[in-house]
Amino acid sequence: MENIVNTENIKYQYTKHDSEGNVIDTVNALDGVSVNVEAGSFIAVLGGNGSGKSTFAKHLNALLVPKEGTVYIDKMNTTDDSLKFDIRKTAGMVFQNPDNQIVASVVDEEVGFGPENIGVPTEEIWVRVEKALKDVGMYAYKDSSPNRLSGGQKQRVAIAGILAMEPKCIILDEPTAMLDPKGRKDVLKILHELNREKGVTIILITHYMEEVTDVDHVFVMEKGRVVLDGSPRFIFSNIDTIKQLRLDVPVAASLAHKLKSEGIDLQDGIITEGELIDAIENIIR
Amino acid sequence: MELKVEDLCYDYNKGTNFEKRALDNINLSIKENEFIGLIGHTGSGKSTLIQTFNGLLTPTSGKVTWNGNNIHEKGFSRIEFRSHIGIVFQYPEYQLFETTVLKDVCFGPKNLGLSEEESKLRAENALNIVGLEEKYWQHSPFELSGGQKRRAAIAGVLAMEPEILILDEPTAGLDPKGRDEILSVVRRLNRERETSIILVSHSMDDVAEYVNRIIVINDGRIMYDDTPVNIFRMTEELEAIHLSAPQITYILRDLEKIGLNVDTSVIRIDDAVETIKSALSEYKNKVKGLT
Repeated sequence: MENIVNTENIKYQYTKHDSEGNVIDTVNALDGVSVNVEAGSFIAVLGGNGSGKSTFAKHLNALLVPKEGTVYIDKMNTTDDSLKFDIRKTAGMVFQNPDNQIVASVVDEEVGFGPENIGVPTEEIWVRVEKALKDVGMYAYKDSSPNRLSGGQKQRVAIAGILAMEPKCIILDEPTAMLDPKGRKDVLKILHELNREKGVTIILITHYMEEVTDVDHVFVMEKGRVVLDGSPRFIFSNIDTIKQLRLDVPVAASLAHKLKSEGIDLQDGIITEGELIDAIENIIR
Repeated sequence: MELKVEDLCYDYNKGTNFEKRALDNINLSIKENEFIGLIGHTGSGKSTLIQTFNGLLTPTSGKVTWNGNNIHEKGFSRIEFRSHIGIVFQYPEYQLFETTVLKDVCFGPKNLGLSEEESKLRAENALNIVGLEEKYWQHSPFELSGGQKRRAAIAGVLAMEPEILILDEPTAGLDPKGRDEILSVVRRLNRERETSIILVSHSMDDVAEYVNRIIVINDGRIMYDDTPVNIFRMTEELEAIHLSAPQITYILRDLEKIGLNVDTSVIRIDDAVETIKSALSEYKNKVKGLT
């Protein structure tokens, strides 16, 4: 499989200025990040607040370009200004707060905003809008005002807005942080469907560990570097390490760990509810 | 101490075509040393409700009383009253504005008319409670990390020494460590200072772990007001209004389905360990008895 994302040792600094504009401090937000993401995979990025996750995400659709190193999105170098439009068509971003990214007063116009901006012909826009809204299960609301939607519905509309640009890759920066349980569940379900059925590459940044148990690969960041990467099972196999990185393990893993330390004979590497149930079923069968 | 809400209704855009009833006939009472979880789907009325608690919103009908006095009556000192009811809004760090952390936290008590020294004393105390070390006090609040900023903002409310502290999704956007830090600060306030807490949250796991009373609000009405165990027993009802039970509860229900005799009303992880352990040893004894 080809890599949709390829970063080579990227570095990025934020600089602080005094009132005269002199640089007084620099913070290394990214300190040498090299990652490859296979096209069609579902990737998660974990890390504490300030670890560089969002800065990294912004490099994936050329909202930021690295100060050192290179980012290739579908083989396009993000520092090449002439490719910026194509890069943003390829990789779309969804942010945490749906209220900050909705611009139109009707749902279908909201979803049409993206394709219109990249110069898609009008008839084609409406075809794409309809398809995108159906993909996220929001077609019934196409004539509604976005203000009247719940948080989860707004976030699904935001995802439809990205889908209408027919990206190969969607990057989501904590898309469920403000949602109620149903909203969170719906958004996650849509992301997995898009990945499975349409082959869209998903890069999900999150603080919810249970959203990560069934992804293909996890990157864990700390201080602007990738400090752990591997399967969810590998990432959550060492509770102490993961806690030192300001993270946690999913509830089922935590429960399995506690049961084991109470002397109950469970195998290593349990991270999902299903695995825990199976393991306990094995004991009593 | 008692904050009481009686027959309260609140309409947005009253008298226009966009009139909407946001709160409908709310009745509740909050006394000292409670730890309450307020849950409901997005748009259910949670944030509107907490704004009626300290008089930021005036009810369309019904009343709010503080120790028996109607807070909207003429002559009631609302400024003094607001120091008793502290609200930490969503993303409170956006409201930080001063040049140093200490000055920012002093802002509230100074506004209450306290002297410079007294304000500083309270601010230092509040910063200690939230665990922001002294080395940060002279820093600009904007130099702090996300979790530190949020703690500084919470300290700003604590410095007014409220008797009731209301937090609207205080952990949204924080990493798991930051989440645990904030919630344990809140728990300490509740246990050591007997401050009553109202935690507005979308995390059923956090609510199950920390609170001892849950108010469920749906379409502007109080649907349930009960203990966490009683509330989370109603999983189907909660799911129908876009909420859920804690993850632990689902795991225990599935264990019951495979024939393990666990207590499915358990909502906390340590209690789950206990009930699974005893169910497994009960099972083993049964097997032994058979052979």
